[in-house]
Amino acid sequence: MDLRARSHPTYLAFVVHRVSGLLLALFLPVHFWVLGTAIQGEARLDGFLRWTDNPMAKAAETLLVVLLAAHLAGGLRVLALEFLGWRARQKDMVAASAGIALLVGLVFLLNVV
Amino acid sequence: MSASERHGETPAAGRPRSATTRAQTHLWVAQRVTAMVLAIAVVVHLVMIVMAVRGGLSAAEIIARTRGNEAWLAFYVVFALAAGVHGAIGLRNIAAEAVGLRGRGADLAWVAAGLVTAGFGIRAAIGLYA
Ligand code: HEM
Ligand code: HEM
Repeated sequence: MDLRARSHPTYLAFVVHRVSGLLLALFLPVHFWVLGTAIQGEARLDGFLRWTDNPMAKAAETLLVVLLAAHLAGGLRVLALEFLGWRARQKDMVAASAGIALLVGLVFLLNVV
Repeated sequence: MSASERHGETPAAGRPRSATTRAQTHLWVAQRVTAMVLAIAVVVHLVMIVMAVRGGLSAAEIIARTRGNEAWLAFYVVFALAAGVHGAIGLRNIAAEAVGLRGRGADLAWVAAGLVTAGFGIRAAIGLYA
């Protein structure tokens, strides 16, 4: 097997996009179920939100925010490539996507703690 | 490059190639269109999240923003539909490549799952509105 393609940054970008998309898709039903508890009243939703007020839940939320930002930035890279033909400097585009994702995560973390 | 080539898939055996590739192209287009909608929605959502978590997240704070607000309701309905469909098509692509789950029945099941997920999102959005 020729592994050269797999050592390129765009392969890493593909893996990150796939894993983040997968985890976000699994998170979605949970997210909707939690928000749906608001139908039974504010207290129900508040109960859940208070349950997530601990370091473990906040770490998980931060990870989700990073995944969402990474998938967003990486997805925009793919769309720009496909529809606008932005083929040049893909390494830099991947690096910029990673930078955006980490920056959003950092801002979230600074606000949440 | 066609949608099927892009995903490295071969059309299901015993099925006219054109029908299968056309269905795949439809799914490919649907995923790209929903991705563009989501690009805007997710930026809005991320800004909102980062602002909302300042000083702790409470149901009262969320509902103060969403109750009786048609603009947020409309936003969340569109967001839920786009995310449900986009996520399901994405899962379909992964399942097709990883475990070879393909074909018209599987495609329809994935789209249905996406719409059910979107339905739960819309239900939640209505809960926050009403
Ligand atoms: C019907 C659509 C949706 C509604 C009504 C909704 C609502 C909310 C609300 C109220 C919050 C709390 C922060 C805030 O007040 O903004 C939140 C947080 C969050 N949302 Fe959504 N959202 C929706 C769709 C999505 C989608 C499609 C994703 C991506 C998969 C997503 C990912 C997140 C994440 C990662 C957080 C922060 C972590 C957390 O608090 O659980 N949301 N959402
Ligand atoms: C933030 C806005 C979003 C953009 C711009 C976006 C963009 C994209 C694009 C362009 C693809 C195709 C990638 C490829 O074929 O190489 C994709 C795949 C995918 N997306 Fe998104 N997406 C967004 C949000 C979401 C959300 C909220 C979810 C979860 C519900 C999600 C789940 C997935 C999944 C599971 C895949 C399949 C990954 C794969 O085939 O490797 N996406 N996304």
